Amino acid sequence: MKTKYMNPYLAGVLLGLVLLMAFFFSGRGLGASGAVKSVVVSAVDIVAPEHTANSAYYSKYVGEGKSPMKSWLVFEMIGVLVGGFLSGALAGRLKWKVEHFPGITVNRRLIFAAMGGILFGFGSQLGRGCTSGSALSGMASLSVAGFVSMMAIFGTAFVLAYFFRKNWI
Amino acid sequence: MGPLVPQEIISASWNLFIAFGIGIGFGFVLEQAGFSSSRKLAGMFYGYDTVVLKVFFTGAITAMLGLLFFSLFGWIDLSLIYVNPTFLWSAIGGGVIMGAGFIIGGFCPGTSVCAAAIGKIDAMVFIGGIFLGIFFFAEGYPLIKDFYMAGSFGPIKISDFFGISGGVMAFLVIIAALVMFKLGELAEKKWPREEY
Repeated sequence: MKTKYMNPYLAGVLLGLVLLMAFFFSGRGLGASGAVKSVVVSAVDIVAPEHTANSAYYSKYVGEGKSPMKSWLVFEMIGVLVGGFLSGALAGRLKWKVEHFPGITVNRRLIFAAMGGILFGFGSQLGRGCTSGSALSGMASLSVAGFVSMMAIFGTAFVLAYFFRKNWI
Repeated sequence: MGPLVPQEIISASWNLFIAFGIGIGFGFVLEQAGFSSSRKLAGMFYGYDTVVLKVFFTGAITAMLGLLFFSLFGWIDLSLIYVNPTFLWSAIGGGVIMGAGFIIGGFCPGTSVCAAAIGKIDAMVFIGGIFLGIFFFAEGYPLIKDFYMAGSFGPIKISDFFGISGGVMAFLVIIAALVMFKLGELAEKKWPREEY
């Protein structure tokens, strides 16, 4: 198959080296959902500071001397935006668009994207990290949690693929 | 020698700057691999494009072997590397919900940010969904807390769980990955699709 993208095995090795650098420099792996959590915590803290101070969940991240936005994952994800943009610019892929299977409408794609995001956001908090933080980084450090997350995420997606096939093929 | 920041070989004040630099590499590689396309990502689950499988496992194995060799050479102290703790039931429950989110939404959080960076509007909507989902979890936390904390095993390693060395475990993962890569290549031949 001719492709405009990088050879996947080469991309995988490069991804692994980036992850290895995160471990070597900062002693931790990559992540993504944790950065969104920081934004959610900060936003709720601005709107309802009393609520965050009294909540069993938010109070872990706010209070004196704690600033949820000054976190490793927030800065890493700002970097992801920059790196993704640079790659897209170099490859000529910068374009406003709703990407979807031609058999479905734009609205259907966006509704399903929103629903998938809600589920992924909720699941990432329950599972203590998403595909990057729990599964990928966890597997690299040989944590049981990493392998369990990977199998649960990909296994479920495979099992449910049949029911959502009309969105994709 | 490593990890450099936890051992204060590099000052902790540099850590966020390092995070930014590593993020640039992360985002660049994800986009180059095609992870900015939900149709490519979803192809994994229908067999027409298995780039997710190849990049994800090659990446995990590269970093896994890197850590093991760095440790062997005395370049890194593995006891200072963060190992995410295992809470068995919430890991399975969270993973199942994330898997549903993956096939329904076509992204995971990291890939959605990467896709949003090149202008994919569906990815931006997906990110909006992540915000809501995390907000729902945070507000519902008191109800979920017992399940969230159940089945705690601490930062247990899979090699210790099976009673084998890290090297043998990595070898087994590599064998499993090679078999899956072969299956992936066969699937792409069987269900060919144009490139997105």
